[in-house]
Amino acid sequence: MSTETLQAEKVSEVKVSEPLFSKKNRKLISNPLDIDNPITVQVLGICSALAVTIKLEPTVVMCAAVFAVMTLSSTVISMMRNSIPNRIRIIVQLAVVASLVAIVDQILQAYAYDVSKQLSVFVGLIITNCIVMGRLEAFALGNKPWPSFLDAAGNALGYAAILIIVAFFRELLGSGSIFNFKVFAAMGVDYVGNGVLTNTAGACIILGLLVWAQRARNGYAEEE
Amino acid sequence: MEHYLNIFIQSIFINNMIFAYFLGMCSYLAVSKKISTAVGLGLAVIFVLGITIPLNWLVYNYFLKEGALTWISGSMAGVNLEVLKFIVFIAVIAAFVQLTEMVVEKFSPSLYNALGIFLPLIAVNCSILGAALFLPGREYNLGEAVVYGLGSGVGWFLAVVALAAIREKLAYSNVPKPLRGLGITFITVGLMAFGFLSFMGFKLPF
Repeated sequence: MSTETLQAEKVSEVKVSEPLFSKKNRKLISNPLDIDNPITVQVLGICSALAVTIKLEPTVVMCAAVFAVMTLSSTVISMMRNSIPNRIRIIVQLAVVASLVAIVDQILQAYAYDVSKQLSVFVGLIITNCIVMGRLEAFALGNKPWPSFLDAAGNALGYAAILIIVAFFRELLGSGSIFNFKVFAAMGVDYVGNGVLTNTAGACIILGLLVWAQRARNGYAEEE
Repeated sequence: MEHYLNIFIQSIFINNMIFAYFLGMCSYLAVSKKISTAVGLGLAVIFVLGITIPLNWLVYNYFLKEGALTWISGSMAGVNLEVLKFIVFIAVIAAFVQLTEMVVEKFSPSLYNALGIFLPLIAVNCSILGAALFLPGREYNLGEAVVYGLGSGVGWFLAVVALAAIREKLAYSNVPKPLRGLGITFITVGLMAFGFLSFMGFKLPF
C-alpha cells in the first residue's frame, strides 16, 4: 500500500522549471549552516565531530571526504528514487554510500597517506554517519537531483563549520598551534599545551559550550 | 582463560566504545533520556556486537585478508580484497539486523516489543561498524573476537545506562535555559569521559 501512495505522489510532482539558485534552493544551503545545523540542532554525526577534531589538518580532510560522499550519494539516490523498492531502501542506500566511501578511502590512501592513517577507522565510519543516511532518507528519496545535491552540500558545510570551529579551539589550546604552525611559540609566549583538549573529553565540553553559545544567540531552549 | 578476561575488561573499561573512541554517539545521546529505553538499546547493542563481530571476523579472515582465499586454491594466495571491507562489513551487519528483527518478530512478540524498535537503529550505529573496522588492526583469534565483541557491547551498555541515570536526575536541577538538553548532556559526557580516563594504562595483574 505504501509503495502505491508513494508512486502516486511522485506522479503528481510539479514540473515547473525554476532558476538554479531560487530562494528555496538558497535556503537549502543556508539553513543547515545555522538554524538547522546537523550537529548542534539535529544532533547527527557526533562521533566523528568528537573523534577527528584534535588537529585542523585531518579535520579539513575529513570534512572534504564527508562533503564528497554526501553530495554524490544524495545525487545518485535521488536519480534512482523512482526505482528503489521501499522495503529494501536502507540496504540500497548503504550499498551506494559504502561504495563511495571505499573510493574516497582509496583516494586518501593514495594521495594523503599520513592523514588517512590519522583518521584510521573514521573514514570508514562515514558510512554510518547519521547525517548521510538522514539526508538520504529525509530529502533525497523524495526530491529531484539538483535540490538533493544542494541540500546535501548545505548539510555537509554545516557539519564542516562546526568541526572546524571545534578543531580550531582544540588545536590552538591543546597543542598551541594552527595547521601545525606553532602560534604561541612564534609570538614568543611560552605555552604548555592543555592535555585536556587533545583528549576526546575536552571535545565534548567544547561542543557543549558551542551549543550553549548558539542557543543563547538564537533564543532556542529545549523543553525536557 | 585470564587472557580472555583481560581482553573483556579492557574492552569494557579501557577501550570503552563511548568514552575512548566516541563511537555510537548519535543513538547514545538520543536514547539516554530514560533508563528503561537505555537498557533496551544497550541490550540490543550487546547482542548485535556479540554476534556480528565474530561473523565479520570470519568474513575478514577467510575472504578479505591478503592471502585469505588460499583455502579455495593455492593460486589465489595473492588476492587481497581488503578494499571491499566497508561494503562487506556493513552488508553483514545490515543483513544480520534485518534477519534478527524478522525472527524476533515472528517467534517472540514480547521481546520484539522490548527490543524491536531499537534494531533498525542499530544497523547504522557507528559502534557496531567501528568495532568491526578495528578488527584488522588487532589480530585477534576467533575466541578473542567473541570476547572483544561482547566486552565492547557491555561497555556501551554501561555507558548509556549511566548517562540515562544522570540525565534523569538532571531534570530536577536548575540549568541555564540555552544549556538545557543537548548542551548540558555534552558537558556531562565530557566529565564522565574524564572518569573513564583513569582506567588508561590500567593492567590486570595476570
